[in-house]
Amino acid sequence: MLSHFIGILFDGVAYGSLLFLISIGLAITLGLMNFINLAHGAFAMLGGYVCVLALTRAGVPFFVALLIAFVAGGIAGAVLERALYRRVYRRSHLDQVLFTIGLTFMAMAGASFLFGPGQQPVHLPGYLSGQVRIGGIDVGAYRLFLVGVVAVITLTLTWLIEHTRFGAQVRAAVDNRVAAEGLGINVALIFSVTFALGSGLAALGGALAIDVLGLDPAFPLKYMVYFLLVVAVGGARTIRGPLVAALILGVFDVAGKYYVPEVGSFVIYALMVTMLVIFPKGLFGRPS
Amino acid sequence: MNIKSWSRVSALAALCAMIAVPAFAQQTVKLGLIGEFSGPFAEYGQQIYGGMKAYMKLHGDTVAGKKIEVIQRDTTGPAPDVAKRLAQELISRDKVDMLVGFGLTPNAMAVAPVATETKTPMIIMNAATSIITTKSPYIVRVSMTLPQVSTPMALWAWKNGIKSVYTAVSDYGPGLDAEAAFSKAFKAAGGEIVGSVHMPLKNPEFAPFIQRIKDAKPEAVFLFLPAGEQGIAFMKGFKERGLAESGIKLIATGDITDDSVLQSMGDSVLGLTTSFHYSAAHDSPENRAFLKAYTEVNGSKLDPNFMAVAGYDGMAAIYAALAKTGGDTDGDKVLAAMKGMKIDSPRGPISIDPETRDVIQTMYIRKVEKVNGKLANVEFDKFPDQKDPGKM
Repeated sequence: MLSHFIGILFDGVAYGSLLFLISIGLAITLGLMNFINLAHGAFAMLGGYVCVLALTRAGVPFFVALLIAFVAGGIAGAVLERALYRRVYRRSHLDQVLFTIGLTFMAMAGASFLFGPGQQPVHLPGYLSGQVRIGGIDVGAYRLFLVGVVAVITLTLTWLIEHTRFGAQVRAAVDNRVAAEGLGINVALIFSVTFALGSGLAALGGALAIDVLGLDPAFPLKYMVYFLLVVAVGGARTIRGPLVAALILGVFDVAGKYYVPEVGSFVIYALMVTMLVIFPKGLFGRPS
Repeated sequence: MNIKSWSRVSALAALCAMIAVPAFAQQTVKLGLIGEFSGPFAEYGQQIYGGMKAYMKLHGDTVAGKKIEVIQRDTTGPAPDVAKRLAQELISRDKVDMLVGFGLTPNAMAVAPVATETKTPMIIMNAATSIITTKSPYIVRVSMTLPQVSTPMALWAWKNGIKSVYTAVSDYGPGLDAEAAFSKAFKAAGGEIVGSVHMPLKNPEFAPFIQRIKDAKPEAVFLFLPAGEQGIAFMKGFKERGLAESGIKLIATGDITDDSVLQSMGDSVLGLTTSFHYSAAHDSPENRAFLKAYTEVNGSKLDPNFMAVAGYDGMAAIYAALAKTGGDTDGDKVLAAMKGMKIDSPRGPISIDPETRDVIQTMYIRKVEKVNGKLANVEFDKFPDQKDPGKM
């Protein structure tokens, strides 16, 4: 019974890691830049397609494919930021929502045109599939890998945002743009770089997620609920907010589906409502 | 030109058009294709239309001296209101003679009353809920129903020594249909259903369900999932958690190994046993001709599946019916011609049940194997002349 419970707990943590990975890019663009980027899923999808193409057409190793996906997402983000996003930063949130949801639909139609409406094949290298035995419990190798990736990304981002000059500039630029500009910070550049980072992370998350979530042109809308859920519950602006939220949601979702499958799919939403009632600004939300 | 003479000219033009239309209509038979061509179900429409085009490529676009014209309309997904409006427009404005297509049940159900009212033949090329054909006397279905697919799986499982089964199905109409038909047939044969679970449709995480099944230790799992990422995710989880090693067999309806997504499922589906009415690996001259024509017309981006075959067979039924009526598109005459009709389909011989207007066909038991380096649903057992058990 206990080993069951530990198994379920691990599955929950792994699922939470996945939720975190597909949401972290949004936490950056929404949380740090205060921009409602519903096209987040489109960048994730881009990362997925780049990863699949790199694996199947170019035949590169999986880790190189992940890196290519991250870079491709970053470049696409930087280009779009310069060309389009920049114009709607100061517009109302409704304008931002309409603009980015429009981008999402265009991305979906584009993916359908280029790659067809079907599922893309995702084949992991052998050492990441199957199960490994740790302390008497079988855990999925890829799930373990996802948990590891989450640890690395969390540490790197926390260091980047809270302990570097760049991070300080980003926070200053978002909190008071005029003052930051007055101090000689190149806010336009900072925003470009931050947006590119967020898009790159979205693409990386997409590339990591497709083995579990699959990849077709409907990807951006299909999983929009999940990444909005994580960012809403976790509160944007910090890295640990979405992380804790994703882990809680993951564990409760998996446990709910295992122990009470009749209502299992509802658990995650009930949890969201409860947590938003208790923490309306998210778990680690700061008053704005 | 003043307004008065302008209106006279336009009235004259309208008159000309009215005279011209019937003269034109004698030369063509118009088919209004209502399908899903955008959104998450875009593949349904593309498969169906692709199959129809393949038939027209092989058999020309004229029958009984009339040219066949297809007018394509997009429902955008499960949208009964849109489907109904499109059907009304197609009949009143475009003057179509038949309605064809229908990938999804809600769309077909919404159009059924329109077909009845206007006595327009309505050919269902996919939507698989049993009840559809009872909704209008002008409906003919050439695709399949889920009970038709699930029942033979239960019979085969019992025949092959499986005594206890856990059912795992998607939590929506077709999933529940499949579960009900399987459980009924399996219990009737003497088997035991040791548990069942309904998995939400939008469910990216199967680990808890698969673990539950593993802990229940059945001899086999009966699975119904729509093709696509859900099936892939389930199979990966099933492999990863080692259910096969603990002696649990997996049997499913062929939806999960849909020929159009089979290649992207990867080796995790190798050895999976399914029951279905069509496999792209079916060995017959009709199927080879169909596959060749499909690729020629549609390119190789999308592998044809059972929906494409239903589109193909729907056209076969329409051509044969028109040949019989001498090109007459009167609803009752077309229906009379279709009832009891036999077609040599790429899936094998099929016929239209004269009582229910539903398809009667052979159900094949298949296993996923590698053939020439590609995954294929290889047929190894069959249950001929299966009617829809949902109506018996």
